[in-house]
Amino acid sequence: MWQFILKRFLLMIPTLFGVAAVIFLLLRIIPGDVVEAKYMSGEGQGQSAVVIAAERAKLGLDKPVWHQFGIWVWGLLHLDLGVSMWTGAPITEEIELRFALSLQVALMATVFATLLALPLGVIAALKQDTWVDYAVRVFSIAGLAMPSFWLGILMILFFLILFQWVPPMVYTPFWVDPWQNMLQLIWPALAVGYRYSAVATRMTRSSMLEVLREDYIRTAHAKGLWLKLILVRHALKNAMLPVITVIGLEFAFLLGGLVVTEQVFNLNGLGLLFVQAIARRDYTLTQSLVLLVASAFIFVNFVMDVMYAWIDPRIRY
Amino acid sequence: MASTLHADAPVDLIASRPRGGWIAASVDFSRRRPLGAIGAVIVVIMVAVALTARFIAPYDPLAIDFGAMLAAPSATHWLGTDAFGRDVLSRIIYGSETALTVGFTAAFVGASAGAVLGVGSAYFGGKIDLVVQRIMDIFISFPLIILALAMVAILGNSLPNLITAITIPMIPRCALVIRSSALSVREMPYVDAARAAGFSHSRIILRHMLPNVMAPYLILLTAFLGQAILLEASLSFLGLGVQEPTPAWGLMLSGAAVEFAERAPWMAIFPGIAISLAVFAFNLFGDSLRDALDPKLRTL
Repeated sequence: MWQFILKRFLLMIPTLFGVAAVIFLLLRIIPGDVVEAKYMSGEGQGQSAVVIAAERAKLGLDKPVWHQFGIWVWGLLHLDLGVSMWTGAPITEEIELRFALSLQVALMATVFATLLALPLGVIAALKQDTWVDYAVRVFSIAGLAMPSFWLGILMILFFLILFQWVPPMVYTPFWVDPWQNMLQLIWPALAVGYRYSAVATRMTRSSMLEVLREDYIRTAHAKGLWLKLILVRHALKNAMLPVITVIGLEFAFLLGGLVVTEQVFNLNGLGLLFVQAIARRDYTLTQSLVLLVASAFIFVNFVMDVMYAWIDPRIRY
Repeated sequence: MASTLHADAPVDLIASRPRGGWIAASVDFSRRRPLGAIGAVIVVIMVAVALTARFIAPYDPLAIDFGAMLAAPSATHWLGTDAFGRDVLSRIIYGSETALTVGFTAAFVGASAGAVLGVGSAYFGGKIDLVVQRIMDIFISFPLIILALAMVAILGNSLPNLITAITIPMIPRCALVIRSSALSVREMPYVDAARAAGFSHSRIILRHMLPNVMAPYLILLTAFLGQAILLEASLSFLGLGVQEPTPAWGLMLSGAAVEFAERAPWMAIFPGIAISLAVFAFNLFGDSLRDALDPKLRTL
């Protein structure tokens, strides 16, 4: 078992390295760089070529690409993300507050999605092919179909027209004023939570359906066990793994995937930061953000694989 | 991730099709899966609307009418007008052309490229499989929208480039699922027979193995259709997709729609309904197709 965990852990390294290399290269392929973005538009327009070259040299953009990559990876190995090419501030500082915001929204969405998805999925599976099942399926497919940013617009519209009220647009950290903070973040959490819950509901349903057909469930029924006990002890426990997996993966993606919904609620989270960073050609910041989200995803995958292997000893790669 | 996907023997499409051709098959499908049939009907209507946009749209979607800015829904403008006095209904009708073009192309190319990669990877096995899988792992680690955003930044935002940007993130997702199905196909005697007969690798992959992973391929294709439409809407909403004045649903929701939301809520409501309905229909149909072809396959 430990050998498997170690092997699986080491397998994360090439994937992470690959992600780093891919995003690094992708960014260099994008036309233009941060110096151009800075000086070719706005107040700095018309700077002389000498100034621009000097600026590039200062940021290390004049070095060969492999050299730049080496510097970045060397920094990463020392847990040093470097400084933003646009603002010059350390990246950890740039990310800190926005990470707190995105993390909070993602956590709230997860709680909401899980609370909604588990009962719905189980009921749908138990009542397969009845109107209850159809209703749950339509509800969850609708959740996958409605863009969360549109749901956000509808929410704002609803409050505006009915109550002449708009959710607060300025971010208040939770520890400053929990009420104000919740008032702002609950809506984006609900907007993305609906889609999220739809994914989890569908997985719960199909996973439960599969488990309910197993022999040991029939045996439990035959023993005359209480239905509730069969469901919770025997069925749900075995059906949970794939459900936990999608919840984990969705959570990892939510951290960075809120891009569009953040725009609607005027949230200054990681998604908005990513869009800004890519528009400004802020290589270092974009790289760090992508690596952060990808590592979350890769790590969740690792934990899930280990859990599968732990629960089912037949699984080895 | 791979462990949540099943590598069951694929269902033989031909054998499970009832006798009497496609008409009988579709009647049978709609009787057994009413939800899927509803989805299919909406899809057909949408395709018809997109194809006949120039005949059924009451107005030119680009015609600006400053006399009727932000007009409420009425007999002349059924769904109202936008900030430029353009007819919302006509823009939605023409928008379906954009959405379906992007959706169908991206899903078809993405799923097909992914299928060939997945089957190839499973067929060759060994080192090739390992390398391809690692590369796919890397690309899957990027959230869909982030990879698409990066692609748009690289390619620029014309329609073909937008389609490419949406297609690329789909390829590894498809390759992963198809590979797990293809692994069991590879062990089939007819593949051995084909190899013994001396057929080329590409012939075995394309003619013998691909047709036998049709079930997961079709399921993924319908799932990708909805996702591609959503992704296009998101990118256009951010201003990074289809550009003004081209009518596109996501674009109709951005900018003025939010600004004038209180005065002209129809601008924000109707295009959103169009997006949701389109994706809803594709998902509904795809879901039932999945249940019919390969119930154990899990797509999100």
